Amino acid sequence: MSHLLYLIILIPAASSAVLFVGGRLTDSWGHLMGAAAPLVSFVLGLIAFFQLRGGSAPSLHQHLWTWIGVNSFQVNFDLLFDPLSALFVLLITGVGGIIHVYSVGYMEHDERRRRFFAQLNLFVAAMLTLVMTSNYLAVFLGWEGVGLASYLLIGFWQQRDSAAVAAKKAFIVNRVGDMGMALAIMLMFHAFGTMSFAGVSRGMPHASGATATALGLLLLLGACGKSAQVPLQSWLLDAMEGPTPVSALIHAATMVTAGVYLVVRSHFIYAQSGAAQTAVIVVGVVTLLWGAIIGCAKDDIKKALAGSTMSQIGYMMLAAGIGPAGYAFAIFHLLTHGFFKANMFLGAGSVMHGMNDDVNMRRYGGLARIMPVTFVTFACGYLAIIGFPGFAGFWSKDRIIEAAFTSSVVAGAGAMIGAAITAFYMTRLMIMTFTSDRRWAQGVHPHESKPVMTIPLIVLAICSVFGGFLTLNGWIVNWLTPVVGPQGHHEAPLASWLITVLVLVMLAIGIGLAYLFFGRRRIPEEQPQRVSPVTRAARADLYGDAFNEAVLMRPGQYLTRALVFIDLRRIDGIVNGLAALVGGTSGRVRRWQTGFVRTYALSMLGGSALIVLALLAVRLG
Amino acid sequence: MTLLAAPAFQAPNLAYGRLSPLLIIFGVALVGVVVEAFAPRELRYQIQSLLALAGLVVAFISDVLVASSSPFSSSAGTGAFGGIEAQGAIAVDGPAMFVWGILLVMTLVSVLLVAERRLEGGLTAFAGQASALPGTEAEREASARGIEHTEVFPLVMFAVGGMMLFASANDFLTMFVGLEVFSLPLYLLCGLARRRRLISQEAAMKYFLLGAFSSAIFVYGIAMVYGFAGSFTFADVDNAISSRVGADGLLLLGMGLMGVGLLFKVSAAPFHSWTPDVYQGAPTAITAFMSACTKLAAFAALLRVFYVALGGARWDWQPVVWIVAIITMAVGSVIAITQTDIKRLLAYSTIAHTGFLLTAFAGAYQGTIVLTNQVSSLQAVLFYLVAYGFSSIGAFAVVTMVRDSSGEATHLSRWAGLGKESPVVAGAMALFLLSFAGIPLTSGFTSKWAVFTAAWEGGAWPLVIVAVVMSLVAAFFYIRIIVLMFFSDPVGEGPTVVLPSMLTSAVVTVGAAVTILLGVVPQPVLELARHAGEFVR
Repeated sequence: MSHLLYLIILIPAASSAVLFVGGRLTDSWGHLMGAAAPLVSFVLGLIAFFQLRGGSAPSLHQHLWTWIGVNSFQVNFDLLFDPLSALFVLLITGVGGIIHVYSVGYMEHDERRRRFFAQLNLFVAAMLTLVMTSNYLAVFLGWEGVGLASYLLIGFWQQRDSAAVAAKKAFIVNRVGDMGMALAIMLMFHAFGTMSFAGVSRGMPHASGATATALGLLLLLGACGKSAQVPLQSWLLDAMEGPTPVSALIHAATMVTAGVYLVVRSHFIYAQSGAAQTAVIVVGVVTLLWGAIIGCAKDDIKKALAGSTMSQIGYMMLAAGIGPAGYAFAIFHLLTHGFFKANMFLGAGSVMHGMNDDVNMRRYGGLARIMPVTFVTFACGYLAIIGFPGFAGFWSKDRIIEAAFTSSVVAGAGAMIGAAITAFYMTRLMIMTFTSDRRWAQGVHPHESKPVMTIPLIVLAICSVFGGFLTLNGWIVNWLTPVVGPQGHHEAPLASWLITVLVLVMLAIGIGLAYLFFGRRRIPEEQPQRVSPVTRAARADLYGDAFNEAVLMRPGQYLTRALVFIDLRRIDGIVNGLAALVGGTSGRVRRWQTGFVRTYALSMLGGSALIVLALLAVRLG
Repeated sequence: MTLLAAPAFQAPNLAYGRLSPLLIIFGVALVGVVVEAFAPRELRYQIQSLLALAGLVVAFISDVLVASSSPFSSSAGTGAFGGIEAQGAIAVDGPAMFVWGILLVMTLVSVLLVAERRLEGGLTAFAGQASALPGTEAEREASARGIEHTEVFPLVMFAVGGMMLFASANDFLTMFVGLEVFSLPLYLLCGLARRRRLISQEAAMKYFLLGAFSSAIFVYGIAMVYGFAGSFTFADVDNAISSRVGADGLLLLGMGLMGVGLLFKVSAAPFHSWTPDVYQGAPTAITAFMSACTKLAAFAALLRVFYVALGGARWDWQPVVWIVAIITMAVGSVIAITQTDIKRLLAYSTIAHTGFLLTAFAGAYQGTIVLTNQVSSLQAVLFYLVAYGFSSIGAFAVVTMVRDSSGEATHLSRWAGLGKESPVVAGAMALFLLSFAGIPLTSGFTSKWAVFTAAWEGGAWPLVIVAVVMSLVAAFFYIRIIVLMFFSDPVGEGPTVVLPSMLTSAVVTVGAAVTILLGVVPQPVLELARHAGEFVR
């Protein structure tokens, strides 16, 4: 299998290329090929996974070609399929494949469905490149590739102004993160002369502390951009302008977790810098609370889920920041989150499908009866995300909170409060959508979606319920040990069972409050305006955009205006003056071209004399 | 009795095989004259055009055969191959054979333009009866009868034969003969336009007068150099310069005057003034031919004279060439800005390109000490001329296609909105203009890079700086035309692009293909130019 690894990436890439190049010729069957491509990759990934599991080698390699070879600057395009990559490949192609199938139904009435699949396949290929290559530069290639796909898909409905703006915003905010990553890669080359994981890993123990911290922080900046972590979180909420399958696949299940992948993959860098690790933890804790608070105030079902995504990735970041004790749990939560969040997003898509693409939860209500499959599957996701005992999220989140307490009590407490808020906003979402009285807009006739959409929901719901089995007998920890090192034993300040009990108590508080606020009262169809400052802040995304606008955008605009002024008045003045000078000279000199042979002959004669004189002058001088 | 007998006539020892490309071309030209005399009028066009094309192809093949069988010269410096033939009159060396080959190919392409008949409604673009006065009954009668001058084909063949001789001459007399052999047919060809005959005849007249004037100056220069060296042969002049230092007033005078004659032919300032008038007036096919082939032949001769015969005196002539190069670049680039006629504009553009070429010439960067991946001045100039020639022929071919009721619409205002009328034709023109401007991925970029590198390596870096600035100025008017074609609305009825026959289409296609190929993969031709090596001495 190791010599066929490239097929995993090549198949979706080729499918994407065929769909892009083929254009309308592929309209009739393009979506089917597009949906099949990630599934084929999934099968290949499974084969490789079992080979890795059964074999003795810790990882599979494939050397494809020398990408860049300039003196000492040698970059190979090599594929790496190790336990970490394996899990990502299966998540991307598995969940991705399910979402592709769902999209066949979801995008049925969109005349640009073929292009949608081309871009979705492009995303899958780029994401697989990101997780399957063995050096940072190639990761960067995939990193930019998924950024491009994300940009294209957020702005897929380009006729909508808001979608175009959201796409631009995502792209620009990601630039900041990408710059961090690019600088990190340059720093690696400067410090170690290589960019391969193996090379950097070998060099790290000898690197200075400053280098390690700089690398860690720069990579964290990159991770913050891609994973929508504070302070680069602002684009994710707007990214919900894209079609719902995109939100599910890219902006919930896979791409936004790339930052977590990067941090876990770079564990050898964070191992050398406590400061960078602390920074990761801080980012994680802040974001998990930030996203959760935003999620409480949103009436747009997708934005509420987006806030939740931000928050859950915060959990993963927190786990990744803890170090070897947390890496496996970060990946574990990443996988379970991939299941239940994709599940819920697709469920939201199904709801929207029935509600004429309305996303405002204040006009939902009572959908449980009408859409039973959607409701049940969504409920599975709901129970999983709040960490209801037995469901996937319970296992993974509980482990993270536990690990957080071993690291610091503050982080642990933050994670625990986050769990309560999660329970609150998710219960709110469930009540507003499925159980409360019907507040539908006129002319809306909700209905259950077609099997092509519900079957993916069912599959994902099953995963949400049973995803926790990955940790049976500590399987996932053992599986990842070859990559991230042994977990070690850490003494928590509280007993393990006590933490679990506390988490469950928090959970109950969250659900209870939500029931009090929303289940007992009638939900107003219009957003109430007389609300607490906290709600107001949360509705404004905790003023993240306002901050960006005031601190970055406005000064930037003033700077550009000033530069434009200088450009127009000073530089253009010089340039135009020069142009006028040349033009004027041209107009004057061309008068010598009189059209009379005698003038021409005279100029030749004069020229000859000058040349001879010049020759003499050269000789004499 | 034997005392009275004249010394036995020594038959010259001619290596016919090695001179065959030259002989074939002249032979074909002579056969063309005979055809003109004996073949029936209605068959002449077919016979003449096929004869010319076949002659060019055969000559090209024989040139390739001669080049591939040429031994490396033992006497000359390293990097030269081939030898001196015809009793010392003609140098059949690498550069000569390279120039021959390129001349033959570019002439072949030009002949396709000359043979184009569809654009003028079934007749060539040449006057039906050149002797009929413009605007008279005789002229109307000639055009009504559909007469055409098929003499243009042998004339072109004579011209290209003369150019080949000019580029490979190894002594001054042969060079002068070559000069006249290619100039006289060109004077005639310039005056043969079917439309706008007065301006065409005026162009021919001016070209002839000034050409004669420059020839006289050239001959006078030869006489002075002969006075200095006592020989016409380049090698002897070179010897004389290296052995007799000091007594050289004659040399300086001769050098200057010969230089004027040659600079006239490459249209360097201040000897450029004929160029715009002649380029505008001549039939466009002939303008294309001149812009590519005359320039190539004249530059080859210029370099041969100054590198081989006068190489020893280069400290004397280099500074003067610097000045000429700067003036030429400036005049060409600056005056072109205010031109309103596309043919005149291209004429000034060709003057500017002469200036760029002169920078490499002034650098006089020797090939023998060159690193493996660098080019000498000679090779850079040759490469530039190949690249420029094809783009130029292509551009003029486009000019022949943009027409209105009075023939070619050469005024720039008529070109507005051409991109909407015919995106393909306007796109091809844009490609040629971008190449002239030296935009990367076109041949213009690689060739400019080659000559500037050679000039820089030869120490002429101030020239390179001027050249780059002038390239910027020149880019303005090239891009202005592109803007005009694509971003302006047509004035009045707008231009029309007449669909040409296969011939002109083939010319544009070849021009565009070479322009892109030499921009993207210049290596093979650059390699060929490098393989041509240096002049033999």
